[in-house]
Amino acid sequence: MNIVVCVKYVPDAQSDRTFNESDNTTDRVGVDGLLSELDEYAVEEALKLVEAGEGEVTVVTVGPDQAADALKKALQMGADKAVHVKDDAIHGSDAVATSLVLAEAIKKIGSPDLVITGMASTDGTMSVVPAMLAERLGLPQVTFASELSIDGSTVTIRRDGDAASETIVATLPALVSVTDQINEPRFPSFKGIMAAKKKPVEEWALADLGVDASQVGLEAAWSKVESFTKRPPREQGQIVTDDGDGGTKLAEFLYAQKFV
Amino acid sequence: MVATRLLPSEEAHDLIDLTREICDKELRPRVDAAEAAAAVDPQFPRDVYKILGRAGLLSLPYAEEWGGGGQPYEVYLQVVEEIASAWMSVAVGVSVHSLTAYPVATVGTDAQKQALLTGMLSGDQLGAYCLSEPLAGSDIGSMTTRATPDGSAGDGWTIKGRKAWISHAGHADYYTSFVRTSDDGGRGLSCFVVPGVAAGLTFGAPERKMGLHCDTVREVIYDTVPVDGDRLVGTEGQGMAIALAALDSGRLGIAAAATGLAQSALDLAASYAKDRMQFGRPIADNQGLAFMVADMEAAVTGARAAYLHAARLKDAGRAFSKEAAVAKLLCTDAAMRVTTDAIQVLGGAGYTQDFPAERMFREAKVTQIFEGTNQIQRLVISRHVLKG
Ligand SMILES: Cc1cc2nc3c(=O)[nH]c(=O)nc-3n(C[C@H](O)[C@H](O)[C@H](O)COP(=O)(O)OP(=O)(O)OC[C@H]3O[C@@H](n4cnc5c(N)ncnc54)[C@H](O)[C@@H]3O)c2cc1C
Repeated sequence: MNIVVCVKYVPDAQSDRTFNESDNTTDRVGVDGLLSELDEYAVEEALKLVEAGEGEVTVVTVGPDQAADALKKALQMGADKAVHVKDDAIHGSDAVATSLVLAEAIKKIGSPDLVITGMASTDGTMSVVPAMLAERLGLPQVTFASELSIDGSTVTIRRDGDAASETIVATLPALVSVTDQINEPRFPSFKGIMAAKKKPVEEWALADLGVDASQVGLEAAWSKVESFTKRPPREQGQIVTDDGDGGTKLAEFLYAQKFV
Repeated sequence: MVATRLLPSEEAHDLIDLTREICDKELRPRVDAAEAAAAVDPQFPRDVYKILGRAGLLSLPYAEEWGGGGQPYEVYLQVVEEIASAWMSVAVGVSVHSLTAYPVATVGTDAQKQALLTGMLSGDQLGAYCLSEPLAGSDIGSMTTRATPDGSAGDGWTIKGRKAWISHAGHADYYTSFVRTSDDGGRGLSCFVVPGVAAGLTFGAPERKMGLHCDTVREVIYDTVPVDGDRLVGTEGQGMAIALAALDSGRLGIAAAATGLAQSALDLAASYAKDRMQFGRPIADNQGLAFMVADMEAAVTGARAAYLHAARLKDAGRAFSKEAAVAKLLCTDAAMRVTTDAIQVLGGAGYTQDFPAERMFREAKVTQIFEGTNQIQRLVISRHVLKG
């Protein structure tokens, strides 16, 4: 079974995340980044499926130069090869354009039996790219899988909702997005680090995919960030002095804030 | 603060990144609770070593041919330092395990490497290093645990005696054991790899220690333990030379671990000093306190430079025994001073178990004792300097 996993390079949540002053896009260049943690689950699930049977895992990312780090991590975990779509024109693309570029890249990679994505990116957290991508590829979309199994030509997933868990079956090829409940992503190993150095990484530009620059980027985006405001610094909380009525004051405070 | 590292290759950078990720996700979240629990009821985090083993971190300084990572000591030791900054007991365990593979890796035959070393380096196994005895600590030449030929056709041996303060005892898959095979003092010792499942191998109760609780330390008792002849590593009588050479490398592991411990005590103190307000300003704004932090930084940086210098000599195939002893002395003394000062910076909070400063202080103390006390390091250094 051949699987394509879509991965994203995101700013490290441990450090300060910022926007570019000039065009209000997320600053991905001046900050430490990494493979989106939610995509590690997608990579892990693909590796498990291929290890249990046969086939190849190809990871694909659309992003700036540094996004190669996300691919490297996936290759170190065990993916077989990687595709990096990068083009200056892509900067500022919204989910619609990103899904277009990913769809064309996946078509060029071949016809995978399964496309796996994370449930959302840890920076944008929109969760819409998987659905758009399935639509563009004409694949059944089975999203938010907390459990996944393959049986011949069908894929079965469990989607956990607040009220019920659904079991969803689709025919292959299909697109599945996975949640952080589905598995425990492995760490790379030192052997994996060494092996990754020899794995193929292809770099494609928009022209290689037949995508016109006018279809992507900030200008083509359906939605744009007009302005942003820095989160105000945290203010010191209210200090209640206990003159014997501390409990009452505390309850009054909680009541006023509608906590009780 | 993340230590600034000069590393010789891209793979070494990736390796340090991997180590930091494992430390952040698996070690740091567990260390406080695990050490506190093990202080009351001895327990050994074997599963943590499984994670490290799978990631390839238990075999870094050995040849790839036998399953090792093929990394220079310079890189391996910085991995140990990173682990120590998260969980000292585990870093000591990694260093001890690496030491246990040293005899077979350096003087073993190819057949022994195939039969024993590949398992030791697989990441699945954990070893124990059995040198010290109740009556033979610094003076290992006086050990009495003895192997005698069993007279069988297979050149087998029988081991009788006991070893003291053995890390991983009861949890290890094999015991790299130094025992007496003749009465010829230091020249009468030999090295055997005893399987953990050997008949007659038993263990004392876990020692109740001052710290480093997740490093389970027990007596290893050889009650007439049969050992096959092909488990004698090196020649009969070569044991002392092997043990001393292994310790040259092993004490670099302890030096690196002590440095990591000191770094994390410094980090804790620096962040506390910036937050803690007294007299209307952060305590860090007092030069008297800021200079303590400066001295801590100088000690950590100096320690790191000392062990890396010895490691680079070793990696270049040069003599490094004196430099390893210097590094062990400087790094462990630095760890003791820096952890002591970290408690001072934290004040009353530092003396409580609400902060890890007091745990680090207890962990630092043992680094001045094991793998050769710091008096023994001075003995080694002075002999080198004054010889001839
Ligand atoms: C937590 C822990 C883990 C350990 N793990 C292991 C292990 O895995 N394997 C193992 O084999 N051992 C292990 N040890 C044992 C350790 O290596 C010994 O404790 C150490 O070598 C010192 O020996 P000793 O305790 O007998 O002290 P002694 O040798 O009795 O020393 C007592 C004091 O006398 C000083 N002294 C001794 N001789 C001299 C001299 N010639 N000149 C000046 N001063 C001297 C020493 O420096 C020390 O201060 C461990 C110990 C601990 C505490």
